[in-house]
Amino acid sequence: MNLIPDWLHRLASPPTFYAFATRAQPWLTGVTLLLLGYGLVGGLALAPPDYQQGEGFRIIYVHVPAAWMSLFVYSVMAGAAAVALIWRIKLAECVLTSCAPIGASFTALALVSGMLWGKPMWGTYWTWDARLTSELILLFLYLGVTGLQQAIADPRGAARACALLAIVGFVNVPIVHYSVEWWNTLHQGPTITKIGKPSIAASMLWPLLSMALGFTTFFVGALFQRVQNELLWRERANPWVKEATA
Amino acid sequence: MTAILSFQNLAIARGDHVLLRGLSGSVSGGEILHIRGGNGVGKTSLLEVLSGLRSPEQGAVTRRLETDACHWIGHRNALNPALTPFENLRFWCALHDLPADNVRGALREFELQRVADQACRQLSAGQKRRCALARLAVAQRPLWFLDEPLSALDEGGVRHWLGLLQAHQQRGGAAIVTSHQPLPGSLTGLRSWELS
Amino acid sequence: MTQAFMAVLARELRLALRRRSEWAQPLVFYAVVATLFALGAAPNAPWLKVAAPSILWVGALLAALLSLDRVFRGDHEDGTLEQLFLSPQPVSLLVAGKLFAQWLVIGLPLTLLAPVLGLGLGMEPNVILVLMLSLLLGMPALILTAGFASALVVGLPRTGVLLPVLVLPLVSPAVVFGAGAVRAAQSGLPAEAPLYFLGAILVLCLCGVPLAAAAALKNALD
Repeated sequence: MNLIPDWLHRLASPPTFYAFATRAQPWLTGVTLLLLGYGLVGGLALAPPDYQQGEGFRIIYVHVPAAWMSLFVYSVMAGAAAVALIWRIKLAECVLTSCAPIGASFTALALVSGMLWGKPMWGTYWTWDARLTSELILLFLYLGVTGLQQAIADPRGAARACALLAIVGFVNVPIVHYSVEWWNTLHQGPTITKIGKPSIAASMLWPLLSMALGFTTFFVGALFQRVQNELLWRERANPWVKEATA
Repeated sequence: MTAILSFQNLAIARGDHVLLRGLSGSVSGGEILHIRGGNGVGKTSLLEVLSGLRSPEQGAVTRRLETDACHWIGHRNALNPALTPFENLRFWCALHDLPADNVRGALREFELQRVADQACRQLSAGQKRRCALARLAVAQRPLWFLDEPLSALDEGGVRHWLGLLQAHQQRGGAAIVTSHQPLPGSLTGLRSWELS
Repeated sequence: MTQAFMAVLARELRLALRRRSEWAQPLVFYAVVATLFALGAAPNAPWLKVAAPSILWVGALLAALLSLDRVFRGDHEDGTLEQLFLSPQPVSLLVAGKLFAQWLVIGLPLTLLAPVLGLGLGMEPNVILVLMLSLLLGMPALILTAGFASALVVGLPRTGVLLPVLVLPLVSPAVVFGAGAVRAAQSGLPAEAPLYFLGAILVLCLCGVPLAAAAALKNALD
């Protein structure tokens, strides 16, 4: 297909990608540590306390990037799913199945951090507001993909089934978001989620962006490692595996 | 004779495991390609790829006719156990936009007229196989894909099938047959391939 | 193409007729679930009426889900699926025919039973009307989605709880809008908006799901 540039085609070959990922790993780890380091120090220590919420707001430095990542990883998963289905590239299948557990972890992190934030903010650990409920359903969608992948024995068939599920789920995610928001407005409830739409001071913003970027590089590093594992397993009959693991 | 079906450099995989590589060949009118080999070597997978049910890992299959011009009889009979042979074959006709006029005749040809209106779950394995093969008599198609057609068949069934096959060859039709046993009778235009 | 669609429909209905006991099971399940909720509460508790939209929607969902596990399995096991793929018809059309038959045999009876159960839980007639409308729009969407999930797992010998786990997050918008419409009617608010959204979801399912399910079945053949 002429849509894919030549270097991308070469990268999609398992042994090339494996070597590339191994070389990239130390860089990714370094950049992740730097970004997360700055983000955590800036957010937890240097940024001033919030006018309304005091020190409790600092959880957004974990909660917001985790929530962004949960959606970003799903998009990557759906993109890999489309590539895997249309062009039948094994690397795309591995990316797709490796994204699911990482995405589920980010979603769980977003939920837990949301709950920990809820206690000081609303006095209760759990509340059925639009954001948390959407995240919960997103978690179920991720767990469905993982469950499906583990249920089907043949790795190729499992990856293609998960690809279909991921794409259908991807179409569903905005619908879920909107339906939960509509559902929430039916109640004259006091839930105000100020996440994502605040007018935020610069000293608070930069650590947040740094955390988001750090989470992203962490995701890429974790993804590469998982994909490498998956490739080793699925290609175990091929000679390059022995050379790579020697 | 121009080839009805030809394939180049096929590689057949089951999951991540490649079963067969570098297969090339062709089938022309009047020929029977008999694919032999032990259990699990990939005969059914090869047949599925040749008929278009599955895509090959590598290589290409060229069929010089529309897909609808083939018969596929897999090793499962495609008979719903709760429906009768007549109803099953009539459904198959509807799937292919054919009238169901030939169904009773085809069932009679395979000596199934007495059980044609009993639920398929009450038929023996041999009778079910005959019913599956009766599709060959319902509609004439130039290319047949048959996966282990003779399993569970008795001598009478084998005879009926051979008769159909020979008539089919005379009309210029071709067939690709898998089995792990040799085919019976004296068949002309028979080519054997052993897979390992 | 219409002949093939009608043939698929006729075949499914004929099969359902021959397995009459299976046809009644979802209805019994639905009634049992509603009864259990009533038993779990104090007799004639007032909150039952308030919770009725949720109970009746989720109950119908679960009742339909339990029967949809087997939708494609029989055809996969007896080899009919291969014939479907080798026929000149688009497989998505045949899948749509099968799922439409499932709606006629499972979804429609559940939709018709819901008012009876609604009365049992103390709903008013005008609310029951909205309940029926919402189920009329929602059950086909659910059956389509469950059909897709069933096609994904068709090769598996035992799916257990995997099918509900796959389906329920996908149908949560339908539950939100469907039960929401009924609750709106209960509070005296207009119920058109959620019903329209439900209709939109149904149209989206009708357009996309048969294609996705056909792709899933093709994958299972491999």
